[in-house]
Amino acid sequence: MADKVLEVEALRAGYGPAEILFGVSLKLARGEVAALMGRNGAGKSTTLKAIMGLLPPRAGQVRFAGQEISGMPAFRIARLGLGYVPEDRRIFTDLTVAENLEVGRRAARGHAAWTPERLFEIFPNLAAMRGRRAAAMSGGEQQMLAIARTLMGNPDAVLLDEPSEGLAPVILELMAEAVLSMKREGIAVLLSEQNFDFAAAVADRAYVIERGEIRYDGSMAALEADPALRAQHLTL
Amino acid sequence: MSVEFSFLLVQALSGLASASSLFIIASGLTLVFGVTRIVNFAHGSFYMLGAYMAVTIVPWLLQIERSPTLFFAGVLISAAVVGVLGVAMEILLLRRIYKVPELFQLLATFGVVLMVQDAVLHIWGPLDIAGPRAPGLRHGVMILDQRFPAYELFLIAAGPVVLGLLWLLMHKTRFGILLRAATRDREMVGALGVNQALLFTGTLFLGAFLAGLGGALQIPRVSASAQMDLAIITEAFVVTVIGGMGSIGGAFLAALLIGQLQAFGVLIFPKITLVLVFLLMALVLVVKPWGLLGRPEAAPPSAMPEGIASPGRFCVFEKLLVALALLVAAMLPLFGDAYAVKVATEVLIFGLAAFSLNFLVGNGGIVSFGHAAYFGLGAYASGLLVTKLGMPMEPALIVAPLASGFFAALFGFFIVRLQGIYLAMLTLAFAQIAYAVCFQWVEVTGGDNGIVGVWPAPWAASRIVYHYLVLVVAVLGIIALRHVIYAPFGASLRAARDSAARAEAIGIDVRAHRWLGFTIAGAAAGLAGGLYAFSKGSIDPTLLGIPLSVDFLAMILLGGMQSVVGPVLGAAAFHSIKDVFMPLTDHWRFLLGASIIALVLIFPRGLGGAYASLRARFTGGAP
Amino acid sequence: MTLLAVEALNKKFGGVVAARDVSFSLAAGEMLAMIGPNGAGKSTSFNMVGGQLRPDSGRVLLEGQDITGLPPRAICRLGVGRSFQVAQTFLSMSVLENLQMALIAYAQRTRDMIARAEALFRAEALELLDQLGMADAAARPMNTLAYGDVKRVELAIALAGKPRLLLMDEPTAGMAPGERAALMRLVAGIARRAAIGVLFTEHDMDAVFAHADRILVLVRGEIIAAGTPEEVRANPEVQRVYLGTSGLRAALRARAAAHG
Repeated sequence: MADKVLEVEALRAGYGPAEILFGVSLKLARGEVAALMGRNGAGKSTTLKAIMGLLPPRAGQVRFAGQEISGMPAFRIARLGLGYVPEDRRIFTDLTVAENLEVGRRAARGHAAWTPERLFEIFPNLAAMRGRRAAAMSGGEQQMLAIARTLMGNPDAVLLDEPSEGLAPVILELMAEAVLSMKREGIAVLLSEQNFDFAAAVADRAYVIERGEIRYDGSMAALEADPALRAQHLTL
Repeated sequence: MSVEFSFLLVQALSGLASASSLFIIASGLTLVFGVTRIVNFAHGSFYMLGAYMAVTIVPWLLQIERSPTLFFAGVLISAAVVGVLGVAMEILLLRRIYKVPELFQLLATFGVVLMVQDAVLHIWGPLDIAGPRAPGLRHGVMILDQRFPAYELFLIAAGPVVLGLLWLLMHKTRFGILLRAATRDREMVGALGVNQALLFTGTLFLGAFLAGLGGALQIPRVSASAQMDLAIITEAFVVTVIGGMGSIGGAFLAALLIGQLQAFGVLIFPKITLVLVFLLMALVLVVKPWGLLGRPEAAPPSAMPEGIASPGRFCVFEKLLVALALLVAAMLPLFGDAYAVKVATEVLIFGLAAFSLNFLVGNGGIVSFGHAAYFGLGAYASGLLVTKLGMPMEPALIVAPLASGFFAALFGFFIVRLQGIYLAMLTLAFAQIAYAVCFQWVEVTGGDNGIVGVWPAPWAASRIVYHYLVLVVAVLGIIALRHVIYAPFGASLRAARDSAARAEAIGIDVRAHRWLGFTIAGAAAGLAGGLYAFSKGSIDPTLLGIPLSVDFLAMILLGGMQSVVGPVLGAAAFHSIKDVFMPLTDHWRFLLGASIIALVLIFPRGLGGAYASLRARFTGGAP
Repeated sequence: MTLLAVEALNKKFGGVVAARDVSFSLAAGEMLAMIGPNGAGKSTSFNMVGGQLRPDSGRVLLEGQDITGLPPRAICRLGVGRSFQVAQTFLSMSVLENLQMALIAYAQRTRDMIARAEALFRAEALELLDQLGMADAAARPMNTLAYGDVKRVELAIALAGKPRLLLMDEPTAGMAPGERAALMRLVAGIARRAAIGVLFTEHDMDAVFAHADRILVLVRGEIIAAGTPEEVRANPEVQRVYLGTSGLRAALRARAAAHG
């Protein structure tokens, strides 16, 4: 389907002898924000890593922009236009903010390229810290830098792993706004999330994953409107 | 004061000149480690190749015109050629071993060292080749009342210039920024769309270029020789370890420290400057276990450790095999010739030594790169007691393990405080101290030539009787060590290897247990060394050298380090093969190096691993 | 009676305060939960009690004895067992051997070079496994177990040292929901039966509110609230910083609407 930027079918993956994903299927439309929800250890991060090629999938298909990408090395997937922001941010702490952005820079394909200046409009906090070493930043600032660094690659879609984790409420708002800005720019976002409120505020579509299987697949509005459905899938 | 100020100044200046040279070489090593996490033994070979290239290219260029420009053009061309060789090594070898355990990486790059040694001998011949002096820098400069070579002054400037250029490269170019990012988190750099393979290839070019540059710049000072590689690589290791692996600034600081220590150490302790250098390293690592400017390595994720898992019992078939092997060893003198008996004796001795190494590596997860030190110290203890003090063989053989155990305890005290690659580097450093002492203390040890006349007691003088003596002692030694592996102490070492945090949390003093384990393994190697001294009738420093340490590692790799008795098998196979093939070819080093690399690439679980999968297939049990 | 008393612990990493004047106490048989957002200093406080970290100032008393700054192995010998956030077991050994190793260490026989390790403390090890419902898995290699079972074995290892105090860092992290409740029930049962004090950190609020006798709430290295589950639930400060985010939702809605 042409309007789907990312399609995952029956994806299986794990670490060593441990199986984590037992056939995960999900889809992401262009410009859509989808939230992958579930508890610690349910397989959220593993799903994103397997899509990104950081963990070799054991079975199943992953198509990005119509192209089969499972089994490709991560750098090729990134070059096709899929961005990834990892769970623990993985900022290059020895590098300055500007240098971190430089590592993420890739030429734009077609649309207007992200520049540090455009990114600083979304993340005003970063503008004042261009020359600062990333190690000296707070958790929230690092999270913003991690997203900005990925946007420097001009992706069509971004995998965002637990963007709200460990952030103060004030920063959460900024983060949610950043996700919505990405959506406005036409970037599709698949985010993994444990904070239901955060997910509900930004996502159009919801997936609930439990023990490596998708248990709910539907609109975020429906999940939010139905407390019983929510209680069934996400005991919050 | 009898020592003049000007003399001290000149001494300090020559210290700075050596520091510069050392830094240029070490910066490449530390750069390659930072990005690829591989400790490249072949870095010393690149240095040597740089010198050989320069003594070939530079005189040819100087024939055109004796100008400084052409001299330095030649130096840079030589370095670039070596850089290309580094690229070849990355593409052909390193690319395949980024994910294997570090011990295997070290061994594979050492395989390259052996291959390059033979290649250099083949191309340039065995004689040292002196290089031309640098046009325009051949004169001396008067500093106060002392003459100081102008070329040395140039070298003093070269180090900081290289440091500055590297800084610019690392901070002002995209390539440099990517390198620094990759030093922190390679995977993330890949996830941002950077082709790591290209980045690594580029790193190897730069690293090898710097090593080649270091070598090429040396030609006016030292002749190119086939021994340059191992001499420089230990020094470069020391510099990178003291500075903190991966830190270029740290390497610069460490090179300065070592340069001065050597320059002034020579005045106070002329014979033991090398020892001073290694002592400095030990002290730095005790205070700062990750070097001066290094950062703690992230703890490895809990993964199944490489090495001995729950040691199984022999099945009936295996008991029969062991009995058969013992029977062959015992009956050999009846049907084998003298040469076969000699080889069998040596196999038994190396079997004990390899077994003791795997007690450390496979059972304890302590990767020792200097196990030959304890083997050699045992040999020297026995040999010196017999020849110098006239002690009989029997007590000398008892002292051998005690002496080695003593030194293993002394060195081990420092070694077991460290982890991973730092630990391996310190085992290497201590082994080199022991080697240096045996090599340089000529009055006592006979230096390079060693000592001859280390003969067994008259009752054991015949090859056959001595073979039986070795059979009994070595087999008893192996049985005893094997028993310890099955005992609570052996299990505790495995526990500490699997998870030091868990072991501490159930009350095990991890450091003390590793220390005791290190001492026991050292003592057992010493016993093997003592037996070897009497079987050969002589001792010399090669018994403590890096090549023998690597042989031991190759034996346990060949036998399978996850197997309890595999190392004995590995020793038998390795030693027999070496004995058969060495006399057949002039290029045995090349063959050995290639075999080690092949072993790492296609056979990483060794003979023991192959057997275990066979056994699993037939019994259906877990391997 | 007071089993564990923690007095004014402080710890900084670089310029970041990870613990500020952290004080609390714990009675035998009591389950005390420590909750808070990531980075609040739970693991730091925890590791200062377990000896993995040395506090900058403050004291840790176990039944009145000062154990501040002792190494983990010494603290273990004084009767403190622990489990780690990522389970730490001996992966190369079987389940039974893991337990035997723990019992050998408890008996202080780890330097024994004569006995055969596999013959020691078999019965005791099996009994411990039986208590945790893991007896059937005794012979299995550790690296073939599901993560939930690994966590159980880790608990058994901690219990092998007959602890008076059990430190559990996120005991249910990475487990399936059904397994979590079962593990917490198991821990609670053992703690009450054997009068073992349990200090645990946890993200899973079900586990916390169902099993903790008291709860400490840490934010940015400081204890902002302490009390029974009901008291903590009712505390508006806790509501604001940790449990409830309704304010956030309202704010986000408003902004999203403003941006169209």
